[in-house]
Amino acid sequence: MAEQFVGKASEFKDGDRQIVRIGEQEIGIFKHEGEFYAYSNFCLHQGGPACEGLTIARVEERLRPDKTSMGLHFTQDMNFVCPWHGYEYDMKTGEHVSNRKLKLRKYDVVQKGNDVYVVA
Amino acid sequence: MDLISDRGRRVQVEELNTTKLLAHAAKQTRDHKFDEVLIVDVDAHHYENENFGEILPFMENEVLKQLVLSSRAKAGRGSVLPSTPGFQDMGGRVTRYPLRSTEKTDPARLRDAQLGERWMDAMGVDYSCLFPTGMLNVGLHPQKEMEFELCWAYNRWVTEVALPQTDGRMFTQLSLPFGDPEGSMRCVETFGHRKGVGGWMVTTVRPKMPVYDNAYMPIYRAIEERGQTLAFHSGPSWGDHTFQSCNRFISAHALGFSWYNILHLTNWVVNGMNERFPKLPVLWIEAGLAWIPFVMQRLDHEFMMRPSECPLLKRKPSEYMREMFYSSQPMEIQDMDALECTFRMIDAENSLLYASDYPHWDFDLPSTIWDLPFLTDKARHNILGGTAHRLFKLPPRNEAQKANLIKYGNYREF
Repeated sequence: MAEQFVGKASEFKDGDRQIVRIGEQEIGIFKHEGEFYAYSNFCLHQGGPACEGLTIARVEERLRPDKTSMGLHFTQDMNFVCPWHGYEYDMKTGEHVSNRKLKLRKYDVVQKGNDVYVVA
Repeated sequence: MDLISDRGRRVQVEELNTTKLLAHAAKQTRDHKFDEVLIVDVDAHHYENENFGEILPFMENEVLKQLVLSSRAKAGRGSVLPSTPGFQDMGGRVTRYPLRSTEKTDPARLRDAQLGERWMDAMGVDYSCLFPTGMLNVGLHPQKEMEFELCWAYNRWVTEVALPQTDGRMFTQLSLPFGDPEGSMRCVETFGHRKGVGGWMVTTVRPKMPVYDNAYMPIYRAIEERGQTLAFHSGPSWGDHTFQSCNRFISAHALGFSWYNILHLTNWVVNGMNERFPKLPVLWIEAGLAWIPFVMQRLDHEFMMRPSECPLLKRKPSEYMREMFYSSQPMEIQDMDALECTFRMIDAENSLLYASDYPHWDFDLPSTIWDLPFLTDKARHNILGGTAHRLFKLPPRNEAQKANLIKYGNYREF
């Protein structure tokens, strides 16, 4: 496992992302709520660039106690979406939001001073 | 460019470059050596409304032409085609929709041809059948004369302007103004011989479409005699009475595409059209595959009890269905055993034709076929292009493709 330099932490704003290539691997590194998350950039569906699309909050349907619907709402949980077909992944786990068994490969991100590295 | 995300938040994404967006598809193409396999995409699209400035002047009737040109001259006064609500782009999650206008092309050449080449090259597609997008709603137009005019203009533009700029990489199954049988026949007779015309497309999104009506028999005969195909292209229609109970686009979309082909295929088979036109290749497009075994079983079951209602049939409905053709996309690939059963029931090795549906949101890559674990090599080659090579008379583009066509018994000299 080698450490690949990603960038300067001070240059990453919340919501930013970067794609790094290490040999055949492509890794998407996100900064979300002050934390770094890194995942394989190959969608589990048809291999699309899973980390290069829209980031958007998870949608939930809220129900009242009597099971009537209060409609659709954005939550505080963030997802990232493969731009090819819309496969939607949980920012904090890399799991597909409809099937948690489907999970993108997750990579460790280490910070040394102001330098950010991904371990691949 | 910024895209609108949750709560009005803006997310920055790169401008669209189809080659870059599909870089992973290009990797699959290299890894699978798709350049050695003839790949024909029987269902791909462009957004013809972006070319209406060129298309609409081809309309013949001066009064109707003035109506649509005037309507377009001031934005918001009216639309040329009927439309139904829908969210194909999933709120911008499928980024090529909102970013489409940002992609750069050479203004000296038809933009649709350039975009087509980009995705075809990335996917390893040798030829694609060009279909419109908004025009799939033309059957909802209340004026049959307007349906004819729009189809006529589109067919002229495709054959005279668009296809000549695609270096032979694109062909088409032209739009039949099905609401106007006489107009349909005129289209077949006028455009049927033109270069790149492999057959005819009927959009099945219509409030009523009696495919068995006597008025259509001369058209089917004319297409059959020309050795061309008749394709029924499905689509969703959320505004249709049937789907107004659906409160989510996913429901109207998932059911709609299959429903219209279920409906019209049933009428086609029950009325013995396969017996009347045994040499007419009929294609059922963009409805997925899972519906076909359902219809086979339903029709076979009732046919055994009610043969007096379909006396033209000499065999079970499923046997006729197995002899027609189906485009592969959007292929339901969630349950591999079920998919394998479907392939067996429809005789996919001989009836299935690869389709991408690109650039629409649920497109399929050639690898969705190639990587299926239960397929023989012959089936892979047939589905990806061998069968379409014979149907549409498309030559191989290199010696390796020719060798594979010969190897799997598909090669024909045209």
